[in-house]
Amino acid sequence: MTRTDVLEALTHVMDPEIPTLSLVDMGVITGVTVAEDGSVRVTMTPTFVGCPAIDVMRSEAEAAVRALGVEKVTVEVNFDEPWTTNRLTEHGRQMLLKHGLAPPEPFDTTVELHLDVLNNTACPYCGSRNTTMKSPFGPTLCRSLHYCNACQQAFEGFKPV
Amino acid sequence: MSTATQRLILRMADDELILAHRHSEWTGMGPLLEEDIAFSSIAQDKLGHAQALYQILHDQFEAPVPDAQAFGRNEATFTCCQFVELPNGEYDFSLVRHFLFDTAEYLRYGMLAKSTVEPLAKLARKVHGELKYHLYHAQTWIIQLSSQGTEESKARMQTALNEAWPYALGMFDPKDDDAALSADGVFPGEQALEDAWRASVADICAKATLVVPTDTAAMLGGRKGFHTEYLQPMLDEMTEVYRIDPSAEW
Repeated sequence: MTRTDVLEALTHVMDPEIPTLSLVDMGVITGVTVAEDGSVRVTMTPTFVGCPAIDVMRSEAEAAVRALGVEKVTVEVNFDEPWTTNRLTEHGRQMLLKHGLAPPEPFDTTVELHLDVLNNTACPYCGSRNTTMKSPFGPTLCRSLHYCNACQQAFEGFKPV
Repeated sequence: MSTATQRLILRMADDELILAHRHSEWTGMGPLLEEDIAFSSIAQDKLGHAQALYQILHDQFEAPVPDAQAFGRNEATFTCCQFVELPNGEYDFSLVRHFLFDTAEYLRYGMLAKSTVEPLAKLARKVHGELKYHLYHAQTWIIQLSSQGTEESKARMQTALNEAWPYALGMFDPKDDDAALSADGVFPGEQALEDAWRASVADICAKATLVVPTDTAAMLGGRKGFHTEYLQPMLDEMTEVYRIDPSAEW
């Protein structure tokens, strides 16, 4: 059992709210260690502190590691390494698009994020940036609502945090 | 015997929990769909923050598990300020309270990001990013309904601001722990926070052409367990299911 095996198993655990996106692609897995006695410790962090899906993700991650035949598994949720949208992998961004969600614009975490970045988010359907942000809050904590003026379609985006 | 740090974390958690519940009362009742979703999302965030704070009290200070702290206590042991327990009233009051509270909350977590209490600092660094959206939402509406609004909407926002003000000042109570908290590098203190909050609120009020109310006596007491007539009925409703069987596993 190696770290790579565990990470591979976790690429098959999907976000319950975005079924095309794995925990690894979402960037919520912050650490995997395999001890000499074969026990596995996984650390993960929620996208938002109040994310109601984190418990489901935690127990599914644990089950996925157990399915590899590991007996001793601990999955710990902490804020040691806070999640930001920059932690999404390139593959994860493609998977968001596939689900019809605009991926978040990457931003420099060392400077204060200006929420103007939400305006002119690229439309996931036609790619136009002639879009308007309608509300910074959407159907889940991590999404915002937008409207594309080009293809006249409402869409949701993954908001940068 | 609780320490200044415990009291700080508990009053933050209680404020977040009670205001989360008030905000959630807009779910299904918002004046427009986007606002219904916004208040529900903000409520969910606040509930998450409260849970994380109760968790720190549980992990570091041997407090009961978060659910027991949130649902198993009576009014007199709640240390929330009276501001958060007031009924939602009309949408103008809810928006103004959201604006005044979240401005303070954003600044508070910004300060706590450098706290010597490591779990609190880690949580603060995470929460700070989320709160930007709350602040953005609040400021947008305050300005839209005031300087960019109609005469009626502006008058209503000013009235709501005047009514909220003395209660809002109660958010920065108590200040007796400031010296201890600041000496230990836990938190710069309620006075420092209030000063920063006044500057930030004045800035947005200027953009909204709202008049910052003249100070009247702050509504205090919540931190010591003295609450308005509105808290206990709210707790009764909030804890109704929990009380049927506190040991139930969900």
